[in-house]
Amino acid sequence: MATTLAKAADGTEAATHAARIEHVSKSFAGPAGQQLVLDDITLDVAPGEFVTLLGASGCGKSTLLNLVAGLDRPTSGAISTDGRPALMFQEHALFPWLTAGKNIELALKLRGVAKDERRGRAEELLGLVRLKGAHGKRVHELSGGMRQRVALARAIAQESKLLLMDEPFAALDAITRDVLHDELTRIWRETQLSVLFVTHNVREAVRLAQRVVLLSSRPGRIAREWTVDIPHPRRIEDTAVAELSVEITEELRGEIRRHGQH
Amino acid sequence: MASTETTAQDRDGGDLAGLEAGLDALETVQTGRKPFRQTFVEKILPPVLAIALVLAVWQALVSFGIVDDPTKLPSPGAVWGVLQDAWLKGELLGYIWTSVSRGLLGFFFALLIGTPLGLLVARVRFVRAAIGPILSGLQSLPSVAWVPPAVIWLGLNNQMMYAVILLGAVPSIANGLVSGVDQVPPLFLRAGRTLGATGLKGTWHIVLPAALPGYVAGLKQGWAFSWRSLMAAEIIASFPDLGVGLGQLLENGRNASDMAMVFEAILLILTVGIAIDLLIFSPLERWVLRSRGLLVKG
Repeated sequence: MATTLAKAADGTEAATHAARIEHVSKSFAGPAGQQLVLDDITLDVAPGEFVTLLGASGCGKSTLLNLVAGLDRPTSGAISTDGRPALMFQEHALFPWLTAGKNIELALKLRGVAKDERRGRAEELLGLVRLKGAHGKRVHELSGGMRQRVALARAIAQESKLLLMDEPFAALDAITRDVLHDELTRIWRETQLSVLFVTHNVREAVRLAQRVVLLSSRPGRIAREWTVDIPHPRRIEDTAVAELSVEITEELRGEIRRHGQH
Repeated sequence: MASTETTAQDRDGGDLAGLEAGLDALETVQTGRKPFRQTFVEKILPPVLAIALVLAVWQALVSFGIVDDPTKLPSPGAVWGVLQDAWLKGELLGYIWTSVSRGLLGFFFALLIGTPLGLLVARVRFVRAAIGPILSGLQSLPSVAWVPPAVIWLGLNNQMMYAVILLGAVPSIANGLVSGVDQVPPLFLRAGRTLGATGLKGTWHIVLPAALPGYVAGLKQGWAFSWRSLMAAEIIASFPDLGVGLGQLLENGRNASDMAMVFEAILLILTVGIAIDLLIFSPLERWVLRSRGLLVKG
């Protein structure tokens, strides 16, 4: 798979990775002095690779994503990305004073796309997330699933090599989430984006990713990694997905149990 | 695993698009405008009834001799007569226009000063610490307090009126913008930053539009303060050369002990204040809120 190839071709040129996280630690000033949130994380995301970061509360997965997005700086270690990454949140974070289409056009404008190209490009991107005709819709007129698709289109409009996703489907109902998993997989394969996807949902991680990285909690450390070679299209109820999910869940539970012992 | 793959492939493809279209249709809320009849019964009828009731009580007080002194309480008919008289002499619109033009022009200047001031207080920490509390404090100072110093500094003229309006309205407008900016959800700022909207770009594309509802609320309050300050200035600093506005009309009525004229002036001041709000600020506010889905329908 792409994963192993990219890993084998581990070099120093920018093109060999979409994101490189090297010995990154992060601590915040807490009530009990400095609190270590992330401890010595080293992780590469290859071009076109889909990686999910999985962990329970307090594993610092969102913190790590913020660091990769450049919204915060690591305490030690280095992060390099191939250009500025796009970021999608659990909340759609669309601007309510703009229509769906104008939200996408703003991303294009801030990237420096010429005015007369923006409208057409926005329509194209809406087509990509199967929302043709939604250009003039206000954000509040869209359903939760539609909003996340517009947010996805807006993130793709940035033409970043790397898409960071912070539990983007966690607030959706199960049916919509399942459909969006299919959509994301389709779009990822069409656009050849690299995706770093944070979740606490094991099935979601297995269903989407080529590689699942399990983080331990307090402080967040890489506990284990799995390469997922179940062929696409996958379904949430596939036996292969279920079997790997059971294995990963066991491991995750073990990680969580350790915290109850002291 | 091979069998899983074939069935999965069967279910994928065009099927997904159809499924998604169905979900979208099911979850999209249809909204439409209310029929006029409903609007009439819910919005127009109640205030009309309330006004009719006040007029009826007023007329009753006079008719049944409960208040039997026209210098204390003129009849509604007498006030109507004074209004009609002013209209026929062609003076009525002149009174209104003198005050409204002052009020709106003063408000416009207040807007030009209050907006950058508010932005500065909201975005520059030092400026906020320095003048933020004073700005909020000024809101609770009745603007009539500014009339005596303004008369002494500027004399009895239009500039003095504008000065009083500015001192009344600028803090409201600036504070509205400050609270609008403070209430911008941090998520929008983060989203803006990942899209590349930082610095001035961030202010223009994210902060200002996100702060618009608070800003408009500030404008609305700013207008109310402008109008009140102006009336205070016109009543206290009435001077024949300045032209007769609604405040002067009230003061003239008092000097002539003409209670009908006093009532006429009060009615006009109230009506104009409400009308400007209903015609300009309320529609503006409703439009801002509705376009963002923030207007909750009763």
